[in-house]
Amino acid sequence: MSFIQLAFYFFAAVTVFAAAMVITIRNPVKAALFLVLAFVSAACVWLTLEAEFLAIVLVLVYVGAVMVLFLFVVMMLDINLSRLREGFGEYLPIGGLVAVLMVLEMAIVLSTDDFSEQRLPRPEAHTEGYSNTKELGRLLYTFYVYPFEIAALILLVAIIAAIALTLRKRPETKYQNPAKQVSVRRDDRVRLVKMGAERKRDES
Amino acid sequence: MNTAINVTPAIPEIVVFVMACVILVVDLYAAKEHRVISYALTLTTLGVAMLISLYSFSADPVYTFNNMFIDDALSDVIKIAVCGITFLVLIYAREYIELRGLYQGEYFVLVLFAVVGMMVMASANHFLVLYLGLELLSLCLYSLVAFQRDSALATEAAMKYFVLGALGSGMMLYGMSILYGLTGTLDITEVRQAVGAMPLDNVALIFGLVFVLVSLAFKLGAVPFHMWVPDVYHGASTSSTVFIGTAPKIAGFAIVIRLLIGGLEDLHGAWRDMVIILSLLSIAIGNLIAIAQSNLKRMLAYSAISHMGFMLLGVLAGTPNGYSAALFYILAYALMSLGGFGMIIVLSRAGFEADELADLKGLNQRNPWYALLMMLLMVSMAGIPPTIGFFAKLSVIQAIIEVNLVWLAVVAVLFAVVGAYYYLRVIKLMYFDPPDEGVASIEAAPDLRVVMGLNAWAMVLLLPWIGPIQRVCLTAVASVMNGFAS
Repeated sequence: MSFIQLAFYFFAAVTVFAAAMVITIRNPVKAALFLVLAFVSAACVWLTLEAEFLAIVLVLVYVGAVMVLFLFVVMMLDINLSRLREGFGEYLPIGGLVAVLMVLEMAIVLSTDDFSEQRLPRPEAHTEGYSNTKELGRLLYTFYVYPFEIAALILLVAIIAAIALTLRKRPETKYQNPAKQVSVRRDDRVRLVKMGAERKRDES
Repeated sequence: MNTAINVTPAIPEIVVFVMACVILVVDLYAAKEHRVISYALTLTTLGVAMLISLYSFSADPVYTFNNMFIDDALSDVIKIAVCGITFLVLIYAREYIELRGLYQGEYFVLVLFAVVGMMVMASANHFLVLYLGLELLSLCLYSLVAFQRDSALATEAAMKYFVLGALGSGMMLYGMSILYGLTGTLDITEVRQAVGAMPLDNVALIFGLVFVLVSLAFKLGAVPFHMWVPDVYHGASTSSTVFIGTAPKIAGFAIVIRLLIGGLEDLHGAWRDMVIILSLLSIAIGNLIAIAQSNLKRMLAYSAISHMGFMLLGVLAGTPNGYSAALFYILAYALMSLGGFGMIIVLSRAGFEADELADLKGLNQRNPWYALLMMLLMVSMAGIPPTIGFFAKLSVIQAIIEVNLVWLAVVAVLFAVVGAYYYLRVIKLMYFDPPDEGVASIEAAPDLRVVMGLNAWAMVLLLPWIGPIQRVCLTAVASVMNGFAS
């Protein structure tokens, strides 16, 4: 077993372990942290596949941005776990049975000859000076420019949909109106009140 | 690699996309009382896109964007149909969303982006583009369902739709990745060549095919992957249901053609039996469960499932006649479904949804005109002559008899008879039951009335043009096959 194989099995095992912990652990904050571990070890698996750029992006985007935000949300929300877990055990036998069957079926199919190493072509080895990032960028902005634009469109739709679904005017919210603040005049704020003169009390 | 990209074939998509962005900005600056601007702009955009597709209609396929984009007769037919149907959907929806406080620029923008997604799907010649178009469409549909935030039913429907839609998309990606691993390409033309060179009993190929097929069944709502359909149709506001139940079905047909026939037709022997199961179960379960529904929207949802089964009959025949019959079926179904849900909108008013079967009681006494229109639609859905629904069913059944699947044709017709029961029950409710006491009169905007009338009468008035329409369908399907022959 070569070093790269050893590394693959190690990272793959950690990924599977962390993913399993995400859905079984009770504390949602810990679950989110295990998800971070799953992402990082998945990134390591990608590194063994020579996809360095994607591995780094995975860590930067998912671990650095998405999961941090997610942790904030989990910490801020008061999630009632006991209610979420209601009926969890009820579905476990049938769900587990389906899962086991699916794994077995897939194992049978995947262990056939058609998936053997001889039938699937091996990717060519890279020459020296090959840059993963450069190749990816070149392909993305030239060959794959059309899907790239559509992906941008999907992100735009996601923004519009998120705003349309969450932005609502609340009458009880108080906010400043700078235009009004600037154009305010003295008469609007200060009122002169006429009062009769008062005599100062004599200090005797 | 060519550096200059020919964007001319993609002009309809570009127009719709640019206008969606323009409307987004215009709507921000338009005063509340001038909100009609975004509505008018949206309709104009759809009309223009439809005209451009009509103008550029040609049977010869044009490839661009490094062969990822194909402009052939099929994509033109689908684009014209999608833009036209969406145009009508918005006319149906305008008054409804106004009365329910959903009349926002974003509503129209999301509909337009969904249309872009459907056009991308229709013109995709690459697995990645196909998937992205599908996601663009789905994302818009999820948010259109969730648009009615105050309704718990709509939120639940959106959640179910989202989770099951994501599952379907995951399946599709997995299947595509297996096919990619085997063929080394995502280009549908090249996949077809690579598959053709492989032994057809390759288990790995079938493995990928199964995942792709399951995801297609999810998206079309074919049994046993239909669970989301009734809940989503019922929970969404009717203005969204009328959209989900029409145009995306046509786009769904487009990806079925692109994937199964464009890319994997050599595996027809393998997927035919799977599609027979999907189709048979859809026809049987859709028609049987529809009988038990008391809610009109749910009933139409189960009827949609059975109609998808009928459409798949044409696909599984595996002949050009079968594919063109399926295309004709899906176009006719989109028009019928549009009218069916449109009638619910017509009969609804502020704060009241006419989506129970009981709400149709005695419609003939309240308004004989609408009762007549609804009868036309129901007769067409049941497939009773002389309506386009009948000819759609007829051509599909003919196609499977041509390939000696007589038993399947017999079973399908038997279940169509079972299905006729619940369509006829609607007619019975309208004509022979007395109306409930104290129901309000039906008030609908003039534009809504005109479209409703045209839509329902189209079931009969389109009959003289059935021949030409079917010929166009045949041209469209033939263009897919010719594209590969050349």
